[in-house]
Amino acid sequence: MALDQETLKQFVDTVRRYVRERLIPLEDQVADEDQIPEEVINEMKDMGLFGISIPEEFGGLGLTMSEEVAIIQEMGYTSPVFRSMFGTNVGIGSQGIIMDGTSEQKAKYLPLMASGELIGSFALTEPDAGSDAGSVRTSARLDGDEYILNGTKRFITNAPRAGVFTVMARTGTREEGGRGVSAFLVDAGLPGITLGKPDKKMGQKGSHTCDVIFDNVRVPRAALIGGVEGQGFKTAMKVLDRGRLHISALSVGTAKRLIDESVLYSTERKQFGTEICNFQLVQAMLADSQTEYYAGKCMVEETARAYDAGEKVSLQAASCKLFCTEMVGRVADRAVQVHGGSGYISEYCVERFYRDVRLFRLYEGTSQIQQLVIAKQLIREASEQTA
Amino acid sequence: MKILVSVKRVVDFNVKVRVKPDGTGVDLGNVKMAMNPFCEIAVEEGVRLKEQGIADEVVVVSIGPKACQEQIRTAMALGADRGIQIETDQELDSLAVAKLLAKVVEEEQPGLVILGKQSIDSDNNQTGQMLGALTGMPQGTFASEVNLVEGKVEVTREVDGGLQTLSLNLPAIVTTDLRLNEPRYASLPNFMKAKRKPLDTKSPADFGVDISPRLKTLKVEPPAERQAGIIVGSVDELVEKLKNEAKVI
Repeated sequence: MALDQETLKQFVDTVRRYVRERLIPLEDQVADEDQIPEEVINEMKDMGLFGISIPEEFGGLGLTMSEEVAIIQEMGYTSPVFRSMFGTNVGIGSQGIIMDGTSEQKAKYLPLMASGELIGSFALTEPDAGSDAGSVRTSARLDGDEYILNGTKRFITNAPRAGVFTVMARTGTREEGGRGVSAFLVDAGLPGITLGKPDKKMGQKGSHTCDVIFDNVRVPRAALIGGVEGQGFKTAMKVLDRGRLHISALSVGTAKRLIDESVLYSTERKQFGTEICNFQLVQAMLADSQTEYYAGKCMVEETARAYDAGEKVSLQAASCKLFCTEMVGRVADRAVQVHGGSGYISEYCVERFYRDVRLFRLYEGTSQIQQLVIAKQLIREASEQTA
Repeated sequence: MKILVSVKRVVDFNVKVRVKPDGTGVDLGNVKMAMNPFCEIAVEEGVRLKEQGIADEVVVVSIGPKACQEQIRTAMALGADRGIQIETDQELDSLAVAKLLAKVVEEEQPGLVILGKQSIDSDNNQTGQMLGALTGMPQGTFASEVNLVEGKVEVTREVDGGLQTLSLNLPAIVTTDLRLNEPRYASLPNFMKAKRKPLDTKSPADFGVDISPRLKTLKVEPPAERQAGIIVGSVDELVEKLKNEAKVI
């Protein structure tokens, strides 16, 4: 639903305040303890953050993509692990159901996801499949009225808290590639599901990923998303398309934080008798970061607008993901540079952000995958024009 | 029971304000405005009393330019039921505000009026007390705890040297201190609901109140810039300077 400007502004302001007054002061604690306090998770539930993308008829807020990117930019201003807690419910954990689920599946899962009562996780990546989603090995074999799932999924965000997994599993033959993959909604409590140890990550402490192992897990036929086999790959691609804009907005928000931290530090730190912001080589770094941040922000907001207008934005969304996540990597690098030696120690938050943002270029499609998506579409469009 | 809460639109507490070069006031151009933090605590307290089933309606009132409807909407998103705006572009003294609020009290007949103890722009700390005098209602100022028991309100006050607890007959006036509660963050669904809640707009003339100022601001100045400190070489030197230069010992 499109909100009126005043209501959107009020909510964006509230999220901004919440981020600055409540979440930023908790960043170090969350990183040290590798845990978000329960009360913070409950506050985020109460604010409606778990349901921002879920349609209103299922208890969510049904925000447009433009509205979603406005809010996610604000969330990007703090440690990305807070966003990650509700991120799977907004994106990859719920969108499969929203886009391709049956009405029963929507009614069963979406209201619980919107309130945050149920955490949804997306299980596509495997030890030997990730960007190459067509080579998924996890199998789903029909046995009477049930499917039997077997396989291992890797790096599954929020798996330790998940109540339901969207699992990509092969119902067809391996030769069928992507066409043989189907998407299932698998309740986390089913017998045969075990979780691996939490991954020890470079950053993003407080957000947890781990392996999810399916050993003869029996799920009812009704767990097949959309009720049709072989649609899983398509569903995954659609889900990731929208997710790319979300991650881009997140990157833009984090870039803003890094710039603010850099500017603040450079106006306080003195060398050669003056604040380092007075040195043009420092100014150049600040200006480059600001310019790139602004370019990313414009891209994301324009692509979100086009998405809301019903335009096809696969190429633009991939461009946003490629540019914004690489951009925030450069901005984080410069932020450390502006901070000098202080940027290398954990007393200053830029050190933590430097590690945290590294993930953005990897998940939901690496930069190289975005490049392929963009280039392939350009070539396809060119060949369609000449044909 | 009905609760009346007043809220004021002020410069956001995060903003570093600048004094206008001509010294007539503070520059408010392009400055982020927000609800006075003490008023926010007042709204939160009213809403909590409603959630506990003690109050059945929370009415929020704000006096000021049209834009202060934003703060009324925010209060309604936090849980207030309806709003009253008394619109005026004129700068108001505490007494004018208290007189207008007294009229609203007369009309609404609330069981409890909750105000912030002061607003962070002028820091007068007068309106609640003046409203007490005008309405003849008992007042508990600087509240850090509010309990309603058998037709009375017990107010724990933060006073110099400790806490004082008063028992007031209802209807009563309470002004909030910082530690009374921690206001919630409004949810987006509640902002949407707030849009549909009733908001009455009135003018000072509707209440027949004379709001012409009785005070005149002569001059506004920023605080003196802090002088750089010095590092002394020894305790003796420090004592010597404290005695002879700073003259504090």
